[in-house]
Order: sequence, then structure tokens, then C-alpha cells
Amino acid sequence: MEDFVQDFVAETVEALGALDNDLLRLEVGAAEPDLVPRIFRAVHTIKGTCGFLGLNRLRRVAHSAENVLDAIRKDRLAAGTEVVTAILGAIDVLKAITDHLGATGSEGEGDDEALINRLDALHEGASATPAPPPPPAATLSAEEAALAAAWDATPAHIPIPEPVPAPAPAPAPILAPAAVPAPRAEARPVAAGEGAAQSIRVNLDLLETLMTSVSELVLTRNQLLQLSRNSRDNSFAGPLQRLNHVVSELQENVMKTRMQPVGNAWSKLPRIVRDLARDLDKKIEMRMTGAETELDRQVLEMIRDPLTHMVRNSCDHGLERPAERVAAGKDETGIIALHASHEGGHIVMTLSDDGRGLNLVRIRQKAVERGLATEAEVAAMGDNQVAQFIFRSGFSTAAAVTDVSGRGVGMDVVRTNVERIGGTIELSTKPGKGSVFTIKIPLTLAIVSALIVDCAGQRYAVPQISVTEMVQAGEGGERRIERIRDTPVLRLRDRLLPLVPLRSVLGLPRGEPGKEGSLVIVTRVGAYEFGIVVDSAQDTEEIVVKPVAPLLKEIGVYSGNTILGDGSVCMIVDPNGILARAGRLDTSAGGDGVQAAAGAEGLHGSERVALLLVRAGLGMPKAIPLDLVARLEEIAVDEIHELGGRMLTKYRGKLMPLIAADHGVAFEPGTRKPVLVFAEGENSMGLVVDTIDDIVESDINVELRSGRPEAIGSALVGGRPVELLNASHFVGETAGTWFSPPSVARRPRGRRVLMVDDSPFFRGLVGPIIRSCGLEVLATGSAEEALARLEAGERADLVVTDIEMPGMDGYELCRTLKRDPRWAHLPVIGLSGHAGAEDVERGMAAGFARHLPKLARDDISRAIGEVLQPETCA
Amino acid sequence: MTEAARDIRSQSVSVVVAGQAWGIPIAAVREVLGPQAITPVPLAPPAVAGSLNLRGRIVTVLDLRTALGLPPTAVPERATEVVVEQEGNLYSLLIDEIGDAMDLAAGTVEAPPQTMDSRWRGLATGIVKLDGRLLLLLDLDRLLGAVGTA
Repeated sequence: MEDFVQDFVAETVEALGALDNDLLRLEVGAAEPDLVPRIFRAVHTIKGTCGFLGLNRLRRVAHSAENVLDAIRKDRLAAGTEVVTAILGAIDVLKAITDHLGATGSEGEGDDEALINRLDALHEGASATPAPPPPPAATLSAEEAALAAAWDATPAHIPIPEPVPAPAPAPAPILAPAAVPAPRAEARPVAAGEGAAQSIRVNLDLLETLMTSVSELVLTRNQLLQLSRNSRDNSFAGPLQRLNHVVSELQENVMKTRMQPVGNAWSKLPRIVRDLARDLDKKIEMRMTGAETELDRQVLEMIRDPLTHMVRNSCDHGLERPAERVAAGKDETGIIALHASHEGGHIVMTLSDDGRGLNLVRIRQKAVERGLATEAEVAAMGDNQVAQFIFRSGFSTAAAVTDVSGRGVGMDVVRTNVERIGGTIELSTKPGKGSVFTIKIPLTLAIVSALIVDCAGQRYAVPQISVTEMVQAGEGGERRIERIRDTPVLRLRDRLLPLVPLRSVLGLPRGEPGKEGSLVIVTRVGAYEFGIVVDSAQDTEEIVVKPVAPLLKEIGVYSGNTILGDGSVCMIVDPNGILARAGRLDTSAGGDGVQAAAGAEGLHGSERVALLLVRAGLGMPKAIPLDLVARLEEIAVDEIHELGGRMLTKYRGKLMPLIAADHGVAFEPGTRKPVLVFAEGENSMGLVVDTIDDIVESDINVELRSGRPEAIGSALVGGRPVELLNASHFVGETAGTWFSPPSVARRPRGRRVLMVDDSPFFRGLVGPIIRSCGLEVLATGSAEEALARLEAGERADLVVTDIEMPGMDGYELCRTLKRDPRWAHLPVIGLSGHAGAEDVERGMAAGFARHLPKLARDDISRAIGEVLQPETCA
Repeated sequence: MTEAARDIRSQSVSVVVAGQAWGIPIAAVREVLGPQAITPVPLAPPAVAGSLNLRGRIVTVLDLRTALGLPPTAVPERATEVVVEQEGNLYSLLIDEIGDAMDLAAGTVEAPPQTMDSRWRGLATGIVKLDGRLLLLLDLDRLLGAVGTA
């Protein structure tokens, strides 16, 4: 008997959950022919089963609700608001009783008379007119009988002749909550008439126990692997390998059993929204997409309440009343949209409304009132920054504390809950347009693979997912860490990898020379790759990620912490945070964080470039934009050969022409010289210098134009005069002689590019890039000059322009050209120091064919090729 | 409020830090620990001595001395610790020694003197005169706030 009751509870909970949305669809008049029969069947099944089990409270409520549904089904009653509300009320009572039944084994006490009377009144009102009320459930219509027969095919409905088997059932409370219930795996028919079921019902506790066991198993396997690695006995290796494999597979599959569609956490929301809309006199439409996106059950449970709270908030505060909406020119029905999707190891949920947006004025006031910020500070903050205040403790902006959201739970609780599971929440809002909340949460809280590294005597975990490789960079070895002034770099194959010593990021004391930091963990964050320097690495370990304590959250370099196999706590470093912090360390030399941030802001659109400072010969240091340099190499002077008065070396299986950056560069046999390699397509050339001194980021202000072709001029970089080398000159020098003739042959005849840039420095850089595409360049120093040249009859097939220029800027130039029928056909490519999404959008609006960052050599040549089709550029 | 609940509220566990007795609300105290392995957390606020593993839960260790503006505990791994729970999170406080639990009748608690060190005044909700010594009542909320903003 007990089993029947528990099965009934499980089935009923499920059936009732499914009903909510069906009923809501019914109310909005969804034209689904099977909607009403489906609802009717579900309630009918519940009624039938509980009658059989002797659950009288449930039976009476279900019976009255069924009668009303039957009336709707037979078109005797319209499914208006009053009717649906009464049915929803009945469903609520059914749920409450079922819950009580599940928890205690009995229906509990309660008075359902009012509800039953209301349902019966509706039913009688309907049946008074056309037909007499059908006698209660005893007789069934033919259709009903058929349905009932179909549904009675479920095992719970097989009639048992004797009421109850002889032994009196033990009181449920003693058994149910105490022990873990025995695993029940009972076949559950999906629908009548189908064959064997493809899924079974499994007790949740069992799944949890399974997961815990697997976690333990994983940790034990790790210990075994460790032991085997340290042992000389190889006989375990084979079986251990298999064990390893099986455990991994097991772990993966057990994790899968825990995955559930996120829609399960959303199922109650439409009902909540409907009820709120009624209570608040608003019209609200709820749209949900991506409900099938799966995530770990545990995460799902933890996100449910915060989400519900946020939806309530959106209904209450976010959306306006219909009249207000209409006055604002919007549809009177407000929309709340919920969307979920996978993104990497995360699930991203967005909750948006098209309501009034946050009252930023009020938030600013309140932030000041509460001493969270000064007036000057809030005035300086951007709107979205101000909006984040609502996540602060005890911050509620509802002018009138309503029943809905004024219950002491605020967005700070939501944030805390989201962060507790390692997630983040963000908010953007536009006055009058609505708000968008973005929640990013991990797919699972369970186990991730991490690399355990040593640094200054402590262990840290680096998530394996962001590690691409490890490089041992020992002293005197093949690879060593080099310093360009204070910036450590590693030559990794054909790249210069920026390095971030974990010691300096974490502010740890420096180790003894030779012992510290020799292992480079090559890490990828987005598209950016860098190396974290640690002392050594131990092993990879499967770790259970636990969120860091609130006190440590602010640090930003830890994504969590964990307990290692030996029981000690280990911090998990977040490569993203490390990078952010390292960046801050770099710029903080000039001032405090705020200023550094302001400096970074100032970079947008300005023309700061990373310059490689080198020395070659005597005279002032020389500088060349780092972006133009493909690689830095060191080449033995003995490997340099002379041929026809030119220098050559063998490089990557090819001959590479070399050129000295200055006549004074000394080539002493037995030494090695640093070489800056420039690459163009398949070809490369090397510029030989004496030393590489530094990489600096600087504004470029050419102070003195140079008369010599190999230099653009001199400029002040960091207060020191440097000579800016003209890379194109060197490339051109070698190209004429050494680069393969086809690039010359391919040169489209007479195609001409009008280049506009106020900076001679950039004209000197961009010009050669365009020329290298085989095009002629007509360089001008301003938009006005460019227009004048066109007016004067100069011919051009393409315009490549800088954006920010004194006088007319690049956008305006483009618009001017597009307005003039003579030049409207001219494609325009915009180049700027910084091409963010917004800039690109603005450029496209102005009519740019392309909008690219300056010095993105490959992108520029590709874009020119595409724009000037069919004569594509190499 | 039941009689028992009121009792809990007015009870404190006394701990000694650098010779001064402090009272910690007994409702917040979870357990007392002997010497523990502590993992340092670089970049954490100065009063955070590190983290420790308490039967699978990770607990943040706070050095009360640092929080009180005193020189840090010399060897945190050897100190006695008292574990408290605040808003669902566990914190372990490094102390010199643990004393008794005591019931503080409502009338005996006074406001800390205005002349007391401002940092201490910020952390103490009240002061109780005991035989021969003074007990300062530690406010855990304020302690965590002070640690976080330090």
C-alpha cells in the first residue's frame, strides 16, 4: 500500500505540474483541440486513483474540478478568468494535499468546502441551461469510459480485489523520512498503448549517493595513480589505466543523470506571472526560450528561487500598468522574456522586460542616502554602473512597498545565491525601454580537472580547461625567460608570449635566484594567450570546486577553492582574474587604480601604440611598432652569409634576407644578434639590431621629419627621444631583390587608393601595407585635402581613411563622399586605433565598407582584396 | 520568544586575545579547534590568516589580533581557534585561549567608554564588568565588516 501512495504522490506532482501551463494556455484561448481533454484526463486520473486509495479529500476536490472541466470540454462553459481561477485554486489545494501526503502519509486536515461549493456553483450554472448535471463519476460517457480505460492501463490503476493486504500498513512517518528509501525502479508507461518504457523513475537520494560515491572513487583513483607513478612496480600500470578509463566514463555518465532541462526550474513561472498580472492589474506575456538547455540538478535547484524572485520583480517593478504603457507608446501587454543557452562550461540565462527600466535617479539618491557613494561619485558613474547598486544589501527602490517584492528579500539575496554557486549576475537597463538581467552559472558544481602548481611553497589549482600547454623554461636551457626591461617574455615557437609570474600577481616574496619561476603554464583567456610562471607543477587532479568565502570574493583572482586529496585547502586561480590583475599591475605604476582606469579609457580612439625599443649602431634608440614585427629571433653571426653584397641566413628551411638597422651594427664572429623578423605572406626578412631594450606603449608624435628613407622621424617616447624606423623601407629594400616576382606580376594595373591620415607616422605604416597589396597610394593629410584632390580630378578606386582627424573626421568624410553622386560608388575603409563594436557600428552607419584596427596588417590587406574584387590581394 | 531562546541570546563564550577578554555570542559559536593546518590566501585582507578544512567545509581563518590592530599571531597553525557561523558561512577566529560560557544579565551590559581605542569601540557592542576583569562583547557583523574593508 505504501508504495502505491508514494507512486501516486510522485505521479500526481508531475501531472499537476504539467497542468499549470495547460490551464494558462486555455485561459488565453489557445486553439489546441486536445488542450481541454488533456486537462480533463489528468484531473480525472487523479480523481480515479485517489478514490481507489481512499483519499477522500483529494477525491472530492478533484471530482468538483473535473465536473467543471467536463463542462468546458463539452462547450457548456466558457473558460473565462473566473473559471480558470477556480480551477487553479483547486489545483493548488490538490498540490497542498499531495505534498502533505508525500511528507506524512496522510491527507491532513483542511476545509475545502468553500472551494468545492464555488466549483459546483460554476458547474451547475453551466449545466442548468442545456442539460441536467451528469451524475457524479459513477457513470461515464462512452468517451470517458474509453479514456479511463486507456489511462487505467497504468499499473497503479489495476484494480486489486481485496481492499488492503492482511498486515496493517506501518505508519508512514516512521519509514519514509528515516532511511534512504530503497531504490525503486518501476517502469512508467509514457502513454497508453506504447511498449516498454525508455525511462525509469529513480529516487533522488540514490542519485546523490551515487554522485558522492563517484566523487570518492575519482579521488581514490587519483591517489592510486599517484602511487603508481612513484612506484617502480609496473605491473599495476595496465589495470590501473583501465580503471582510470572506466572511472572517467562512470563519472561522466553519472553527471549526465543529474542533468535536467532548465525548463524544470521555469515551469512555475507562467503561473506566477499570470497571478501577479491579475493582482497588479497588468497585462503580461511571458516568453520562454531555450528551456531544453540542460544543467546539473543541484545548480537547477539553487537557481530556482532567485529566478522566481527576479520574475516577480520584473512584473512588479519592471513593467508598467497598461495605461502607462499605452501613454508611452508601447503595447499595453508587457513582455517578460526568459532565455537560456550554453556558453562554454556555463549556462547563460537572460531575463528581460520591456518595461520602464530602473529609476536611476532614485537609485543615485538612495546610494547617496545610504552612504554607498558620494554625490560626486554617483554623478560620475555610468547608468549601468549605477544600476548595479540594486545588488547591494538592503537596497530596494520600490517607492511603495508592495506585497510582491517588498518582503525583505532583495536583489542582494539573489546575487548572493547566484554567487554561491559560482555564478555571476549583471544588469543593464535603459530608461523607458526595460531591463536585462544576465545570469551566468556553471553547468555543474561537481568535479573539474585542474593542474596543481607550486608557487612560493604553496599549492594552487589552475583549471585545466584554460591551460593549453606547459613549457619548462630553465636557466641556460633551450627556452629561457627573457626580460625586456621589466616585462618577462618567452619565445614560444613563432611568438613572443607575455608572461605573468604568479608570485608577483599574488604579491608573494621572490624566491632564491635560479629556484623561482621556471615553469610556464601557457593559458588562454578568450583569444588571448599568456604564460603564468610558477615554480613547478605537481599533477592534474580532479577537484570539487567550492565557492570562496564572501570575504575573499573581492580579490578577484580566485574562482573558488577546493580540498585536495591530502585534506588541505587549495585556492583555485582564475586565469581571467590573474590577467586582469597583471594588467592593473602594469599600469598602476603611473597612479592609483582609478587613474589607471581613466588612462585605459583614454586609449579608446587615441593612437597609442606598443613600440619595440631597440639599439642599433650609435645614436639615439630606435623604435618600431611591435605589431609590425612578426617574431623576435636571435641569429648567430656565423650563420649569416653574404651574397651579392646582401646578407642572408637560413631560417625555417628557407633563405631569409637580412638587413642591418643601422650602418653601425657590428657583426662580430662568434656572437648572436637579435633580429626583428617581418613577414609578408610566405616571405620574411630580418632586421638586425644590437639589443632589444624595451616594449613601451606610447603616443606617437613625430617631432622631426627625417630626411633619410629608413627613418620616419624622431619622436619623444616616455620623455626620451627615439628614432622611428620605417619598416616599409626595409621590407621594400629586400622585397625588390628577394621577394618572389609573382607578387609584382599580380600587381593590378593602375588601381589607386586614396589614403587619408593626419599622422605622417601612420601614413608611413599604412601606406606600405596598401602598396604590398599591389596598389598605388595617394596619401593625404586631412579629409579636406582628400576631397580637394578628388575635386581636382585625382582618380581613386578606394579610400582608406583614419577616423579621428582634426577638422573633418573619417565618418564625416565618408558621409560626404556617399552624398556626392560622383564618388558614392567609392568604397571606404575606416582605420582606427581602436575598433570596438560601437565604433564599427558607427562606421557602418556612416557607410564604411570595412572598419578595422590600424596596423592589423593581414586584416587590412584582406579587406582591401575583398573590397576591390575581383582582383584579389594576396 | 521562548525562555531558552532568550537565554541563548544573552550568553557569551569568553575568549582571551592578547590579555583582553572578549565575549562571543554563544549562538554563533560552532566549535573550538586545536592547532590546524592553515592554507594562506595571498591578497586576502590582512586579518585573514588563511583557510582550513573542517570536515569537508572550507573555513576562513581570521586573526583577531590583526583585526584588533595588534601584531599578527606569531604561528597561526599553533593557535586555538573558535569557529563561528555568520549568515551561513563559517569563520574561525585565532585566539589565545578559550574561557567559559557565561550568562550576561541584561542590566550588566554597558556601552564601551568613549575613550576606548576607536577600532575596538567599533567592534564591541558593549562592556561587562566581571570580578577582577572587563569583558568586551564582540560584534561579529562589525568584525567581518572591518576585516573586509581593511
